[in-house]
Amino acid sequence: MALLEVRDLKTQFRTDDGIVGAVDGVSFSVDPGKTLAIVGESGCGKSVTCLTILGLNPRAKTISTGEAIFKGRNLLELPPSELRKVRGNEISMIFQDPMTSLNPVHSIGKQLREAIQLHNKEPKAAASKRALEMLKAVGIPRAETRLEDYPHQFSGGMRQRVMIAMALINNPDLLIADEPTTALDVTTQAQILKLMNDLQRDFGSAIIMITHDLGVVAETADEVLVMYAAKPAEQGTYSDIFYHAHHPYTWGLMRSLPRLAQHGQELRPIAGSPPSLLRPPPGCRFHLRCPYAMEVCRTTEPEFASVEGTDAHRAACHLDEATKKREAETLVAETMASTG
Amino acid sequence: MVRYVIRRLLWAVVLFIAVTVVTYIIFFMIPLDPARLAAGKSATPQEVKAVAHRLYLDRPIYQQYLHFLSQLVFHGSLGYSFNDRQSVNSSIFAAAPVTASLVLGGAVVWMLIAVPIGILSALKPRSVLDRSAMVGVLCGISAHPVWIGLMASYIFGYKLNLLPIQGYCNLRGGAEGQPCGGPVDWFTHMLMPWIVFAVLYAAIYVRMIRANVMETLNEDYVRTARAKGAPESIVMRRHVLRNAMLPVVTMLGMDIAIALGGAVLIEEVFGLPGLGDLAIQSVYQFDLPKIVGVTVFASVLVIGFNLLVDLLYAWIDPRIRLA
Repeated sequence: MALLEVRDLKTQFRTDDGIVGAVDGVSFSVDPGKTLAIVGESGCGKSVTCLTILGLNPRAKTISTGEAIFKGRNLLELPPSELRKVRGNEISMIFQDPMTSLNPVHSIGKQLREAIQLHNKEPKAAASKRALEMLKAVGIPRAETRLEDYPHQFSGGMRQRVMIAMALINNPDLLIADEPTTALDVTTQAQILKLMNDLQRDFGSAIIMITHDLGVVAETADEVLVMYAAKPAEQGTYSDIFYHAHHPYTWGLMRSLPRLAQHGQELRPIAGSPPSLLRPPPGCRFHLRCPYAMEVCRTTEPEFASVEGTDAHRAACHLDEATKKREAETLVAETMASTG
Repeated sequence: MVRYVIRRLLWAVVLFIAVTVVTYIIFFMIPLDPARLAAGKSATPQEVKAVAHRLYLDRPIYQQYLHFLSQLVFHGSLGYSFNDRQSVNSSIFAAAPVTASLVLGGAVVWMLIAVPIGILSALKPRSVLDRSAMVGVLCGISAHPVWIGLMASYIFGYKLNLLPIQGYCNLRGGAEGQPCGGPVDWFTHMLMPWIVFAVLYAAIYVRMIRANVMETLNEDYVRTARAKGAPESIVMRRHVLRNAMLPVVTMLGMDIAIALGGAVLIEEVFGLPGLGDLAIQSVYQFDLPKIVGVTVFASVLVIGFNLLVDLLYAWIDPRIRLA
């Protein structure tokens, strides 16, 4: 029984230049205790998808359709007062830049207590105690003295740990992490990811990990959704995506990863840049950058169809099955070779 | 925190000395013979010399300054007026409450106008409210306070006879010879000056508050607060305003400090005998002790207020405390 079931989610923003389709028909489900990674370039709609689920888009400018069924209710249709009870309590979200995500004029103890007291009528002492436990759980050294410190007294990695503590303090069923490590250096990134994995095990929460970094996906994901230009490109389990990729965009993403054995060789990016979401191209949105593009790709949008009959693995591409399989195998072979 | 306070206090003392030195040098170096002015037009040269001696004017400058400083620091005296031999202290202490009434009351009025309008405009940008507020701001900034004052006086005082045109009434009640006194009179005489004084500042502050609030609404920590499940009232109070109003506090302190030095234009239009009016009078009369006295007093106020604002800011913004 899926914890969160998203069906055909679409989000549009009213702008001065027209209507921008930021998310155009995304569906996925998240099982309890599992991690779903949503991958894609900047601007592909991965953050907006999750902001839509929690109703955090600006109300006046946003049109959202579709369903996000959580515990039997469609979050997109809940009144704001009900949605507020879910946020920070049953579904939490942490964001990309820990340097600016905490209020600079309140102590972190106060902000942690706020997270608790918004949803439970706990007295200050009990809330402080719980806040302290969480700080220790996320690995803040000498947590007792740090409780009344202010955000500017913490480093970036520490602040992100505080954010994680704040998100998990009410034991949510689902944690949405929007590029939590992008703003951190690599060693801190590794620590934070390990922390999140450990906490997931201890608390039993499901995670939606939004990232553009396939390395992060490899470290954390059970299921993966690859998005491109507001639409789903490919979706499947971790091994489906890494070993049996069926979409040229996914191949391109994997090939563009720099590898140690490639030292001295040129990097292989995907040529071009993502299309405008104000006026998306006809046909397959990726066709302008796709080395495999055919005539049909320019005119007809590919169906997000299941691969080899399994509903769990889907890809939106007109290429025939044989080519896809061959490419996937070549890619795997290349990768094995280049890691020596 | 304590170190910060001590540092600021020491700096305030340094500033005070600097201001008094500069004031002293300027006014006692201008090409008018203070002794001659003090002695009067028909004084003989011997009388002028005697006056010069009595007023320490024949000593070297630094001695004069030190004498002035010691009078000020140890006796709290700013000297005696050349014109009427009154102590400058008494003139200042008579004028100060008038200016204080005007400025502090005006500050209350302008904040009462600016804060709600600024916040509402920021929350509903480009709405009818916002656009009319911005038009109002433009008018408030452009129209000259003297013009506004005279128009208000004319319309509400003369034509409609709603409020008194001129004059100041003591809050505590009239002394003998005073035409009015008591809280009601005080209020009715101050109402128009307050509003006219507030117009310009309210305009500036509406614009500033609107900009600050709009900027703060886009901050990441506001999004975090909403993601935690906070209702809009808490998001606004604890996260948005608590941050957006910080710079407003500094500006407010400084604006009040400067205005306390003498809100000259309003005082002249409405005939309020405050510090600004005192300063102007003393310049016309070449009354040097009074000029120096007012300058020193106003400077002390500005320095003192700035210190207060700095300390207040350190209290409300934790990022400053450890600097």
